Amino acid sequence: MIGRRALLGWMQAAPLTLVLLCFLVAPIAMIVVVSFWGATEFSIYPAFQLDNYAFLFGSPVTYKVFLATFKYALITWALTLAIGFTVAYFLAFHVRSQTMQIALFLLCTIPFWTSNIIRMISWIPFLGRNGIANTALQNWGVTDAPLDWLLYSDFAVILAFVHLYTLFMVVPIFNTMMRIDPALLEAARDNGASGAQTLRHVILPLTKPGIMIGTIFVVTLVMGDFITVRFMSGSQKANVGRLISNDIALLQYPSAAATAVVLLATVLLIIAVLLRFVNIRKEL
Amino acid sequence: MMSKMRYSRRSMLKGGAAAVAASALPAPMVWAQEIKDVTLRQFGTGVSNLNEVGQKVKEDLGFTLEMTALDSDSVTQRAATQPDSFDIADIEYWICKKVWPTGNLQAMDTGKIANYDKIVGLFKDGRLTPESEIAQGTAPHTVGFIPEPGATSFADEPTEWMTLIPTIYNADTLGIRPDLIGRPINNWSELLNPEFKGKASILDISSIGIMDMAMVCESMGEIQYGDKGNMTREEIDKTFAIFTEAKQNGQFRAFWKSFDESVNLMASGEVVIQSMWSPAITAVKSRGIPCVYQPLEEGYRSWGGGIGLSKSLSGLELDAAYEYINWYLSGWVGGFLMRQGYYSAVPETSKDHMSANEWGYWFEGKPATDEIASPFGDVLAQAGDVRDGGSFYDRMGSVACWNAVMDENQYMVRKWNEFIAS
Repeated sequence: MIGRRALLGWMQAAPLTLVLLCFLVAPIAMIVVVSFWGATEFSIYPAFQLDNYAFLFGSPVTYKVFLATFKYALITWALTLAIGFTVAYFLAFHVRSQTMQIALFLLCTIPFWTSNIIRMISWIPFLGRNGIANTALQNWGVTDAPLDWLLYSDFAVILAFVHLYTLFMVVPIFNTMMRIDPALLEAARDNGASGAQTLRHVILPLTKPGIMIGTIFVVTLVMGDFITVRFMSGSQKANVGRLISNDIALLQYPSAAATAVVLLATVLLIIAVLLRFVNIRKEL
Repeated sequence: MMSKMRYSRRSMLKGGAAAVAASALPAPMVWAQEIKDVTLRQFGTGVSNLNEVGQKVKEDLGFTLEMTALDSDSVTQRAATQPDSFDIADIEYWICKKVWPTGNLQAMDTGKIANYDKIVGLFKDGRLTPESEIAQGTAPHTVGFIPEPGATSFADEPTEWMTLIPTIYNADTLGIRPDLIGRPINNWSELLNPEFKGKASILDISSIGIMDMAMVCESMGEIQYGDKGNMTREEIDKTFAIFTEAKQNGQFRAFWKSFDESVNLMASGEVVIQSMWSPAITAVKSRGIPCVYQPLEEGYRSWGGGIGLSKSLSGLELDAAYEYINWYLSGWVGGFLMRQGYYSAVPETSKDHMSANEWGYWFEGKPATDEIASPFGDVLAQAGDVRDGGSFYDRMGSVACWNAVMDENQYMVRKWNEFIAS
């Protein structure tokens, strides 16, 4: 009897296990394997060599590019968190009627009806040397000459990231905030806590899981991006994603795979550290 | 095969004569019927993969040509790694140098190419005219022939086995915005002139960008290259040192990778001087913005493309492919491409497909006698305008180097990545 139940359990778990094995574990294993292969101009050949990793860790470019990637991730994270938290707080605690909450929340998602790339590229004419932003600033007399750093710069890259990814922060934070028992907030007020104190000691600790989920979204998206950096920096800046895409374009698959493995390990490490702070599973 | 095919098609069209022709020439009739079911899959860069060509093939030859347009990197990738995904590869000569050794393409018998003798000398012995000098880089004639079918290395002399049939080529130079610069530009070195700080651009495709860089460094008098198309590591290091310094000083506004990006950079005025391709200049001009494809004293950086046959082509498909190649060189496509500012490998056959005004403007470098319009109907020049750079012989005669793949390519690519990240 126990045997049959165990068998049934295995069978129930099998479809998902198979899907994950085929579409998650196998491709990653393949990438790891290929990262040890060798490459010529036009082909790759099976081997077990550490050349790709030796070159990766031996090149100062790698460190520079990883550093730039962390920089983008950190700044984007801080900004999306500040904006996302504020928006979610407003939606959850200031907007009283549920209809209004839903309406405003949907409003936040409207930009997502168009593609990522289009939302990103539409910044380019806006920020350009003769774009709307520069023309307006000059007409208002704020500046005399066009500001070149508005476009094709780190500023532009981070602006696009924040624009693209803030919603990924808003949604999970809003979700956890909605589940805070209003009685807790009343209790805080009854006990004489100020608004700031309630925020600091009641709301913030209770929204940590949401913040953490949002953080994981934003950090992984920014760490893995290459197209935003390419377009918004006018190809002048690099992050790890661009290193990988350049390698792929030049048929250097093993080298691209090695970089991908290192990037994957880095991101997993970051997530592992983040999960030490908050047990999301308990909170879900 | 070609002549038989033509004969049977004409006979068919003549209606009344068809029955006679059918009884007299049964074999080609069957062949002409069968070829209608053939579908050839061609892929290549957007430059020559035009739907108009596919439609015309269907009209003239009867079979179907499916086309896929990709960027140069993807084209290389596909030719090298997925030989069964195509029948005809429309690739550049430097890509051929990379891809040929994989054995994915088969050589063509020049005996089956009707207009072989009329193909421009550049693609045979490297000389445009018997007196002209051979340019540096991966010149088409260096990778245009192999010693025998099946060989994976190239022949030094023209043989009967051609790797690619040349289809389209041009001479590239810097594009400028004369209205925003306001003075003559005559040298490649101007790209790094501090006067254009924050207003210059170069393309982010390593194998082409490195050649533009070399033209600039040589023009500045900073580096004397043994062969720009095959640099030593020291030459590569020195070239990148100069450009990295310029980049850090803010010389460049952006780098571009796609055709549209280069057009937008120029048209919006973000950039006033940059590496550019001929049709991109046309695209900027057609928006009413002045833009010049500036001929420079040091000469042009040239590129050329051709069509190659997949190794797996055989039988009827292979015959159809030869038919297609012969048709390609017979003039209609040449005229179609030349009216966009490119050159055809057999210019004289294109002449019949162009008006005297078009031929004079595009090929002979004469002032236009009337409006010049592209095949798509955009007006590109007014009466009295002269093509930037002049005639075919002026332009193709002053090619300094061809797009190239060097022996130190992998090293160069790594340095290129460093340059982008710097």
